[in-house]
Amino acid sequence: MTTVLNVPPSLDDKTFETVLEQLAAVPQDAKVLLDARHTRWASPYGLTALLTLAQTRAERPALYVPESDDTSSYWSRTGFFKFAEDAFELHGTVPRPRASTESEVLLEITAVAKSDDVHDVVGRIQQKSQAILVKELNIDAKATMGFAMTLSEACQNIVEHAGRGGWVAVQTYRWQKRLGRRVVVIAVCDAGVGFRQSLETAQGRPRGDRWDDGMALEEAVIRGVSRFRDPGRGQGLAGVRRYIGRWDGKLSVRSGTARIAIVPSWDDDVPLEEKLPYFPGAQMQITIPERIADR
Amino acid sequence: MINHIDLSSVLRRTVCDLYTDLVTRPTGAAVRDGIEKQLAELGDRTLTVIDFSYVGLLDYSCADEIVAKLLMRYASSLPDDLPTRDAYFLFRGISESHLDAIETVLDRHGLAIVAQSSEGSTMLVGTVGDRERRAWEAMCRLGRAVPADLARETGIEVDQVREVLDALCRRRLVMRFEEGYVAVGGTA
Repeated sequence: MTTVLNVPPSLDDKTFETVLEQLAAVPQDAKVLLDARHTRWASPYGLTALLTLAQTRAERPALYVPESDDTSSYWSRTGFFKFAEDAFELHGTVPRPRASTESEVLLEITAVAKSDDVHDVVGRIQQKSQAILVKELNIDAKATMGFAMTLSEACQNIVEHAGRGGWVAVQTYRWQKRLGRRVVVIAVCDAGVGFRQSLETAQGRPRGDRWDDGMALEEAVIRGVSRFRDPGRGQGLAGVRRYIGRWDGKLSVRSGTARIAIVPSWDDDVPLEEKLPYFPGAQMQITIPERIADR
Repeated sequence: MINHIDLSSVLRRTVCDLYTDLVTRPTGAAVRDGIEKQLAELGDRTLTVIDFSYVGLLDYSCADEIVAKLLMRYASSLPDDLPTRDAYFLFRGISESHLDAIETVLDRHGLAIVAQSSEGSTMLVGTVGDRERRAWEAMCRLGRAVPADLARETGIEVDQVREVLDALCRRRLVMRFEEGYVAVGGTA
């Protein structure tokens, strides 16, 4: 029997939770069909998380693609269908693949599994990001390199810790509802071992009374703890935190049953959310808003 | 003899001839290995210019693998822990974005380097105590110096200057000669 999971009309990091809530009751080996026919919009997190969801299933899931031509065409331009063709049984009309020439797709959805993939991602983002960040988001030109560094470190989380490949995407869009400004968003999602299991592999790691996904996220994201004994480890996420702090950005990381966020003043998210439906791996989102004050 | 290592060349030779960015730990480890192989072919006492001029992006992971781990191998902060080789480094061509990554990893490990600007001026980057910095900067002004010269120049007691010089030598920020001390990147 196939279980139908409804994909919300607007798919982002928050609404993706409704998909996971539906999925929670479904046995791991059951066939699922993700119904995105009525979906009109998706963030890079939403799209990469959908691919990640497919990775977690024992049986290849099915996906009804959006009925709206505009939406499916946009998903195509983000590179989603290039990977979805393998990850899902696709139903509905899939637009012909077309190279993205639009400025909002800073980095098409890209598979990340090894060090070379990170080099590729960093090389490609630098070509496009300078113009977009400076001209459209009013961010200092000096921030461009930091943006690429942030992207590099976020992707390396997959290479170093996930134990399997994931995806990254970078887009800009106008975040009318929450912010009324343009933002650039990095999404890096994998269905690997996740933060808790990764940290559990560290030898001699003291275990307290409380040890769960939330605490693992606190240790890794806030305190820069790594599974490696090497004291030089754990600097990547610390660097990401510094960058988002400098540019008034937001970082959120979901892993297992918890989600942690570094929340800027313009957002009303909670710093730590626990007891979420279990989902393997790590799903990270970095949001940098357009700067207004300097204009 | 001063050796020159162009990091972009080492990157292309050891990892991929299309890359210009120093990103990821495996890349950093491969580049450091390339540097160490070059150093192994040189004499016991070496001063090597590590040149970042043609490097695009440097991320934290690569900075840790290349700069911090290279220094940890050849420098020491502990009085009884003498470095295995008399190897000194001068870092050149460091951009503002490189500096962000380098300072971060140096602070994490309590290390310091001498960085040289394109105009030739030198500066200490990383974790350096006030006396160490004063002594090092005085040495750059004086050229080759003995503890008494530095004591006069800095106003620090001679015994304390000797301690500071020992520490700077172990940290590979100062070179010791029979006739005195010279700051790495300074003129003798």
